[in-house]
Amino acid sequence: MSVPVPVSLLVNGERIDAFVLPRLNLADFLRENLKLTGTHVGCEHGVCGACTVRVDGEIVRSCLMLAVQAEGASVETVEGLSDSGEIADLQAAFRERNALQCGYCTPGMLMTAQDLLKHLPAPDRQAIREHLSGNYCRCTGYQAIVDAVEATARMRAERRA
Amino acid sequence: MKAAAFAYARATSVMNALELLAAHGDRAKVLSGGQSLMPAMNLRLLSPDILVDVGGLAELRGIAVRGNLLVVGALTRHVDLLRSPEVALHASLLRDAVAHVAHPAIRNRGTIGGSLAHADPASELPACVVALGATIVVRGPAGERRIAATEFFKGIYETALSPDELLVAVEVPVAGRGATFFFQEYARRHGDYAVVGLAASAVVAAGRFSDLRLGFFAVGDRPLLAAAAGKLINASVTSALLAEAATALADELDPQEDQQASPAMRRHLATVLLRRCVAALLARSELEAGVTR
Repeated sequence: MSVPVPVSLLVNGERIDAFVLPRLNLADFLRENLKLTGTHVGCEHGVCGACTVRVDGEIVRSCLMLAVQAEGASVETVEGLSDSGEIADLQAAFRERNALQCGYCTPGMLMTAQDLLKHLPAPDRQAIREHLSGNYCRCTGYQAIVDAVEATARMRAERRA
Repeated sequence: MKAAAFAYARATSVMNALELLAAHGDRAKVLSGGQSLMPAMNLRLLSPDILVDVGGLAELRGIAVRGNLLVVGALTRHVDLLRSPEVALHASLLRDAVAHVAHPAIRNRGTIGGSLAHADPASELPACVVALGATIVVRGPAGERRIAATEFFKGIYETALSPDELLVAVEVPVAGRGATFFFQEYARRHGDYAVVGLAASAVVAAGRFSDLRLGFFAVGDRPLLAAAAGKLINASVTSALLAEAATALADELDPQEDQQASPAMRRHLATVLLRRCVAALLARSELEAGVTR
């Protein structure tokens, strides 16, 4: 009853055509089929945020989206944002501030933080905490992550000035 | 965990979706944003034989004002409600509520139709449509029917929808003169499911309520339109009258016990929200104080 379904999408700008089982979620498609293992899988029910990716420019939980639902969409993962240099300064700030320990949550944190900075270039700490509230980190206590996002916002503002 | 195997059909039109639902009955589930369905499937709480994906149906999108109704398509996402100038102008309760729904990545995919059809008693939008006196528009093999929001929710995850029907839109009366709204919820963390919440819609004239609809959620098996509001309509609201309404509210609630709160705690929090709501809507901060039971 469950047969592979064709799906065509862009992943980090590259056209991908595949046949997938309907039950395959986007996170597993990226990790297992495309070997893009930067997207992490934590809770698999939309709570932890480790699997956050961008679909058509907006962040989503890739564990709550089927690969077949990405038909015709443009998906961007942490690899894409990293390779293009889009988040190089954010990554440097995370390193600088020790905003990660085990690194499990980091790709999702970077995706979500970059999404905030795109929509709200000068967020206060409360806004940063609220935007990151759907991303769990069990190591850092969040303080350093908020510091890194705040520092990146400030650096970007200075660069624009 | 991962979802169990299922078949997948991408609906090409509402008509096509209805044909698929008619063919598969309650073995099918409708997939819109998937932000409640996918977790339930990943946790193996649900294992439908087939998903009917309506996500691509442009005819179910969009927000429009028609006469004195704000018509919200079923596929309107939470983020669309947050950003919509029409919603801000005519039904700002929906915007205020959506800010409490989960997190940005969830709001980018979750839809109003999905949330209403899912009918989680702790979720925000069902209580909002009840408070707003909205109408749920559904389509089935026999055509379209309109169901009052107050009649739509039947229990935990239960609605008036039959398996061969599709929720297509929500019609909300546009806010008239003196219309005002209140939304607040208690949650352990911002974005979590509410312990108790209140979505209220009122008409205030000369310091009195000429209408007051209190939609409480997470206090029972469905959103509750509190009858206690009746005590405050067309009356001069005093602390004593508000205390009477709070007592009536606590009596009419029958909240469940779970890990988050006892029934007594939920009753108490509901009365606190009632006081805050009335104080805020009448702009009389002194009403918020006072002893609650």
